[in-house]
Amino acid sequence: MSDALVIADRSFTSRLVVGTGKYSTHAVMKAAHDASGTEMVTVAVRRIDLAARSESLLAWIDTSKIFLLPNTAGCYTAEDAIRTARLGREAGLSNWVKLEVLGDERTLFPDNEALLEATRVLVREGFVVLPYTNDDPIVCRKLEEAGAACVMPLGAPIGSGLGIQNPNNLLIIKEQARVPIIVDAGVGTASDAAIAMELGADGVLMNTAIAGAADPVAMATAMRHAVVAGRLAFRAGRIPRRRYATASSPTEGLVTSSGPSRS
Amino acid sequence: MLIQLNGDPHELPGPISVQALLDAKGIDGRTVAVELNRKVVRRAHYAETIIRDGAEVEIVAFVGGG
Repeated sequence: MSDALVIADRSFTSRLVVGTGKYSTHAVMKAAHDASGTEMVTVAVRRIDLAARSESLLAWIDTSKIFLLPNTAGCYTAEDAIRTARLGREAGLSNWVKLEVLGDERTLFPDNEALLEATRVLVREGFVVLPYTNDDPIVCRKLEEAGAACVMPLGAPIGSGLGIQNPNNLLIIKEQARVPIIVDAGVGTASDAAIAMELGADGVLMNTAIAGAADPVAMATAMRHAVVAGRLAFRAGRIPRRRYATASSPTEGLVTSSGPSRS
Repeated sequence: MLIQLNGDPHELPGPISVQALLDAKGIDGRTVAVELNRKVVRRAHYAETIIRDGAEVEIVAFVGGG
């Protein structure tokens, strides 16, 4: 039975979305993408350097296998994010956008008011909008109502590696959502990704956790397994948490010198 | 004539099409997106879209990002 991740009109087998930033070389990036099994990667949209021509990022991404998701990273106003999204659509191969409107340089937390405004405008223009936001169930619901195709709450600040800071909020967000929920930002290591999936997330998006690891290809492999494991565990129906023990082995028939064995 | 190109002032001899500007700069039009006076220029219209005095032009491409 298929357990595909469906967002808007696209279906993905992999639930791991990966960034293209912060790699030491494009070759390492490509090897990490391959190891991760990802089918969607994010890219940023920036002015080209008119003085010096650099190697094209797209030469290192097989777009017949990997879907490009332009982002509006670094935008602090709805206007900038909307302009960047429109340019990303023209430069790329689709009308999808990972929408970011930031509110603060240190935390890179979103400016949700501007994010909602930009979401509404872009949805009206026919974009498939995947907004990056906080782990705030109210904002997530509003983004969904504004037409977001998928909502992407952070686990922790971008690049922080702190993991899932508020698991309870993620449970609530997933419970009320009628679009896919992808945990985006803050993942540090494999267990963080597995935890996100065990909480019911439909996918995980990460960049720094892989690109910044000592061995990005090994970490990308780990993340691939973690997302698969977490998803399988979620669907397998875990045991409840109990305060006290319940023995796994039978209590009758024990060989013992301290009286009859229990029955 | 003076325009703003990627945020910096830029001198041009006269009105020029977007395509001609890309050619002059050695830029492959298929790897970039262009905005003229805050509106995205569709790739199919590069040859017929004219940049005039005082225009604001942005030429962008995809780079690595999260």
